[in-house]
Parts: sequence; structure tokens; C-alpha cells
Amino acid sequence: MKSSIVIDNVFKSVLFLCVAMTLLVTATVILILGTESFIFFQKVSIFDFLFGLKWEPLLEPKSFGVLPLVAGTFLVVVGAIALALPAGILIATYLSEFASERSRSFIKPALEILAGIPTVVYGFFALTFITPVIRTVLPQTEVFNALSAAIVVGVMILPMVASLCDDGFRSLPRSLKEGAYGLGATTFEVIRYILIPASGSRIGAAVVLAVSRAVGETMAVTLAAGATPKLTANPLESIQTMTSYIVQVSMGDTPRGGIEYMTCFAVGALLFVMTFAMNFIGNYFINKMKWEQA
Amino acid sequence: MTTKERRMKQDMLFRWCCRIVTFMALGVLLVLLSHIFSQGFKWLSWDFINSYPSRFADQAGIKSAVWGSIWVISFTAIFSVPFGVATAFFLEEYSNSNSKFVRLLQINIANLAGMPSIIYGLLGLTLFARGIGLGGSVLTGSLTLSLLILPVIVIASQEAIKAVPNSIRYGAYAMGARKWQVIVGQVLPAALPGIMTGVILSLSRAIGETAPLIIIGALSYVAFTPLGPFDDFTVLPVQIYNWAGRPQEEFHEIASAGIIVLLAVLFTMNLVAIMIRQKFQKYRM
Repeated sequence: MKSSIVIDNVFKSVLFLCVAMTLLVTATVILILGTESFIFFQKVSIFDFLFGLKWEPLLEPKSFGVLPLVAGTFLVVVGAIALALPAGILIATYLSEFASERSRSFIKPALEILAGIPTVVYGFFALTFITPVIRTVLPQTEVFNALSAAIVVGVMILPMVASLCDDGFRSLPRSLKEGAYGLGATTFEVIRYILIPASGSRIGAAVVLAVSRAVGETMAVTLAAGATPKLTANPLESIQTMTSYIVQVSMGDTPRGGIEYMTCFAVGALLFVMTFAMNFIGNYFINKMKWEQA
Repeated sequence: MTTKERRMKQDMLFRWCCRIVTFMALGVLLVLLSHIFSQGFKWLSWDFINSYPSRFADQAGIKSAVWGSIWVISFTAIFSVPFGVATAFFLEEYSNSNSKFVRLLQINIANLAGMPSIIYGLLGLTLFARGIGLGGSVLTGSLTLSLLILPVIVIASQEAIKAVPNSIRYGAYAMGARKWQVIVGQVLPAALPGIMTGVILSLSRAIGETAPLIIIGALSYVAFTPLGPFDDFTVLPVQIYNWAGRPQEEFHEIASAGIIVLLAVLFTMNLVAIMIRQKFQKYRM
């Protein structure tokens, strides 16, 4: 009997150690990115890094303004969200309001498959299929362009947006919806005037999480969007995102400990801060509503 | 036109938009698959699977990439599954979900699940490749991927544990079982199908990961199969990336052939996961 109690306590402690490890991972990431970029910022002023308009760390004369990478990232992200948010809401509506049991039973798995396709495959698809299609319509498009990356990232985050919106619609009390239908509202009016406003914060959280996913997306943008850091709003041009810059440096033969190498960690730190803030806000709101329901 | 007619028209239009967009999303999936099959199918052969990569597209194969993927995923499973499942059990069975600390843990895990994979790459590079000095080895790759899928395994396992009804726990307690006996003897077996489904799905995510492995230094040209955990390696997605980035059309075609192999593996794993869920899962949320 005694040994059983001892085992009980040991068991609990072992499980707790595993939980503690998850906190340790976050702490280690912050520590590593923090120290490496601290060294970098002793050589390059943080002001030049954050507000500089030219990113040429691999060429002389070097300049370390990160804004072109941020702008490239946002060009892709804005395009992806503009595609995925309306489409995601429409798909969620279809699934939760008027899809038959039979169509649901193959649409849901198909969306799961779409979500499970590796990003490098999406990148390849963008480069070898979407870009040629865009170029037949708009011949001035460059081989590497932000538009095809934005489209493919939009497709990639679509299942996530659809399923988060679907969760949002489902989390509302049925009475809201049934009441509106009872008063003679059409499906469109129920969605537009009841479900979307009432689940607004859930949809907001979904958008924040989707943006964060798109910002961190790497392989598709590396393959499709090119490696030309520049400040442009033209989606038909080649650009470079923060993530694809890190890949570019890792693929090359830049010496360890060099300044080019440290830029990876500085860009990584910026990427981490952005995605961490967005994930925190998004997850906080989604969890908060769960706690309030419980 | 009366208001009613206008509203009905608007509603019809909206419904058709929903349908069309949904089927367009499925259409993208079909176009993607048919594009890749039409490009790569003719290159698929036993020689392709059983040859090392080459400068010449018609002699190139994915032997080193397939073996590298097998090595890395095996170790990833060994590292991540016990930790992930244990974490889920602590959060579900031992902790009070109303406490501030547990909420912090929960948000932290959700944040880790959303952290860009490339950041895990930087973590693995600094911590495992150079910190412990493992270099670009199988071990570095699998430790990095373990951290990457750990939060996903935790979240999936939590769902499976939550779905086990309390009557099972109370029944075991009534027979005089202690808490660890309840967990190991009753809750774990009942939640196992759900946990396994989650584990298989997260491992299939790890198989498709490219960016973190490029960062830690997985090589793109490897003409040998790893013989142990300390050997250098490449994996299938990295090999595909390497071929996709070349300008020649033939390399795009063998990249497609590689993608077919990768997708075949992933779909098989997904199918197994779904079958386990259908067949063995008694309890669901």
C-alpha cells in the first residue's frame, strides 16, 4: 500500500517535469534569439535595423534595414488573408448551415487533406503551375512573384480559417440562430446580421492566428516569391520575405559567427516577436471564451 | 420586385457563392494532385526509389532521402510521443484548469503550436547542432522536429483524454485504485485510439517539414544512407526543394515524382489514423 502512494507521487512529479519542459522550450527560444540579436545590435544600431529602407547584408556596402523584408512578408500575408478570410467564412457557412450530410462527409476530409499537404509541395505548385497561369494572363509578371505566393499561402491557411470560423458559429447558442430563422430571416441574413457579429471576436482571433501562420510560412514563399528584398506594393514583382531570407542564408556558405549569419537571428527574433504577439492575442481570446463557457 | 423577392434572390445568390467557393477549394486540391501526377508519374520506378541523387535527372533517385526520412521520423517519434502524452495527462488529470498557472501553460502550448517552424530550426541549430555539438546529424533533426510536434501531440492527446467519461475513473477509484493506477490502467487504454490518431497525424506533419531541417544543415546532396543517429542526412522534402529550385524542366518532373512518393506516405498515414479513429475510438467529444 505504502509503495503505491510513493509511486503515485513519483508519477505525478515525472508528468510535471514534462509539462515544465514546454515552458523551457519557450524560455530557450527567447534566450537564444535574445542573446544572438543582442550581439548583432552591438554592431548594427537597432534603429537602422528597424527603420532602414535597404536590405543588402550580403553585398558591399552592407546595409541592414529590415523594412523591405517586412514589406515583402506583408504583401504576401495581405494577399493570402484577402483570399482566405471571405472564402473561409463562406465555406464555414456552407458546412454549418446547409450542406447535406453526404457532402459534409467528403468536404471535411478533403479540407483536412488540403491542410496536411507539406508547404514545399505548395511552393512547387505555385512555381510550376500558378505562376505560368498568371503569366499567360499578365505577361509582365516576373518568374518569381508575390502574387502566386500569396495565392498559395491563402489556399494553405484556408482550412484553418474555415474550421476556426465553423467553431465560432457552433459556439453560439442555438437559440440565437433559431430565433432569427423563426422570425423569417434568410440564411444570408442570419449569417450577416446574427452569426458574424455575435462570433466577431472568435473570427477576429481566427484572422490573427491565420496572419501569424502566413507570416511564418517559409517554403512556399521561398520557392515562389523569389529572393529580391525590395520595398514594393506590386505583387507581380519578385520580393523576399523574412523567412525566405533565413533560408537563403542557411543554404549558402556564409561563415558562422559572421555578421551575415547573425542577421538570421535578428530577423528570426523579429519574426518571433511578431508571431508570438499575434498567437498570444489569438489564443488568449479563443481560450478566454472557452473558460467563460465552462 | 417586392422586398421579399429581393431578399430571396440575395439569399439564393449567397448560397450559390458558398457552394461555388467550397467546391473551388476542392477543385484546387484536384488541380494540384493532377498537375503533380501528370508531371511526375512517368518518372516513378523502383530505380527512382532505389538510386542516389545525381547531376543527371534520368539517373537521380531518392534512396538517401527516403532512408533519411525514416531515420529522422523514427527518432522523432521516440522523443516526442512519451513527453507529449505525459504532458497531456498532467494537464488533464492532475491540474486544476482554473488556476492561472495552468492557463498560462495552456496558452504557452497553443503558442508553441503556432510558432513558425523556421524558428524551431534556429533553436535546433543553436541548441543541438552547435550547443551539444551534434552537427547536422539525424539526432539534431529528430530532436528539432520533436520540439516542433510536441505541442501538437499534447493538444491532440488532451482532446482524447477529455473524451474519456468520468464514470470510468470513478469506477476504478471505487475498486480502490490509486490515481496512477487509474491513469495507466483505465484512462490511458480508453484514450489510446484518440492519442494514436493524434500522434500519427503530427508525425505526418513532421515528415513534410522542410524549413527547420534546412536551417539545422540537412544536406541537399547526400549519396549515402545514414547508418546511425550521428550521421548526416537529407530528407524527402529537402530533396524535393532542391530539385524544385533548379531551372531545368526534368528536375521539376523528378521533383513531382518525389512529391508523389511523399504524398503517398502522408495519405497512407492519414488513412491509418482515420481507420483507428473509426474502428477503436469508443469515446469522443
